[in-house]
Amino acid sequence: MTVTEEAIFEKVKKVVVDQLSVEEAQVKRESSFDTDLGADSLDQVELVMALEEVFELEIPDDDADKITTVGDAVKYIINKKG
Amino acid sequence: MGQLTGKTALILGVLNEYSLAWAITEALVKEGCECGFTYLPEERMERRVRKTVEPLAPKLIVPCDVQSDEQIAAVFEQAQAVYGSLDIVIHSIAFAPRQTFEEPFSQTQRADFHTALDISTYSLIAIARSALPIMNEYGSLLTLTYGASQTWIPHYNVMAVAKAALECSVRYLAAELGAAKKVRVNAISAGPIKTMAAAGIKGFGGMIERNAAKAPLRETVEAEDVGAAALYLCGPGARRVTGEILYVDSGYNIVGW
Repeated sequence: MTVTEEAIFEKVKKVVVDQLSVEEAQVKRESSFDTDLGADSLDQVELVMALEEVFELEIPDDDADKITTVGDAVKYIINKKG
Repeated sequence: MGQLTGKTALILGVLNEYSLAWAITEALVKEGCECGFTYLPEERMERRVRKTVEPLAPKLIVPCDVQSDEQIAAVFEQAQAVYGSLDIVIHSIAFAPRQTFEEPFSQTQRADFHTALDISTYSLIAIARSALPIMNEYGSLLTLTYGASQTWIPHYNVMAVAKAALECSVRYLAAELGAAKKVRVNAISAGPIKTMAAAGIKGFGGMIERNAAKAPLRETVEAEDVGAAALYLCGPGARRVTGEILYVDSGYNIVGW
């Protein structure tokens, strides 16, 4: 785990906690947005919009569909920003 | 003192902080306007709306499904009870079933056509009718449209038809409400902005890119731009402006190729 990866995970975690009103401890890399964190379809759209804003990137719909866990989001952001 | 100090507005169509209705709210509130809100009566919608508007401590947050005439009537009864009268009504509501954005336009089903036109277009007429009795002179009814009503844009399909009908309704309502009570009716036609509604449109990212590449100003539009235009149309500076479709699109609509 690199420093960048950890930093991005922490930042994603903060967005997830804010958006989904969950506890920090619930947000793990393997947590899925829908089943583990209780995000409905609107939550998931909002989450993607919030990630785009925080990380200053564009996440096309096709990519967004594939981001189902916190870890997916972290990996996606690293690839995009790297 | 703000240019809207002492004025009251009813805002239909805030969902979250990305909503254009919210950008409009912020612009109006900054000038001293007092705003009330409606939400679609579903738990997940109500929760979002309340979370977004809570910081303003509004006196009015009421349910309104625009497919119900009773609910629309109830909203304006409550608005009258709370505010006495209204200066501004913002209609920022549209819906078409998801498949209409994905299937070819010629495959539009009758039921989907009805749903799209009912929620996105008829609602403005019904709201105008209910709002008029409690609106003040030079009050403003403002709706949001999109340029796909005038020229073809991929995927927009039946929603484009609904927006064309909406723009025509703006003119007919402007003629009637102006003569009846000096109430003004206008629309803002904004370039593509990423909102929750837009997130449902296939290929939306491409629309934004194309807009930025082709528009005279070579940049996209932001929600604050819509807020500023709404403030103008609802404020004293536009007291003789009615029936207008104001483009806030970096000039995209003038480009012919």
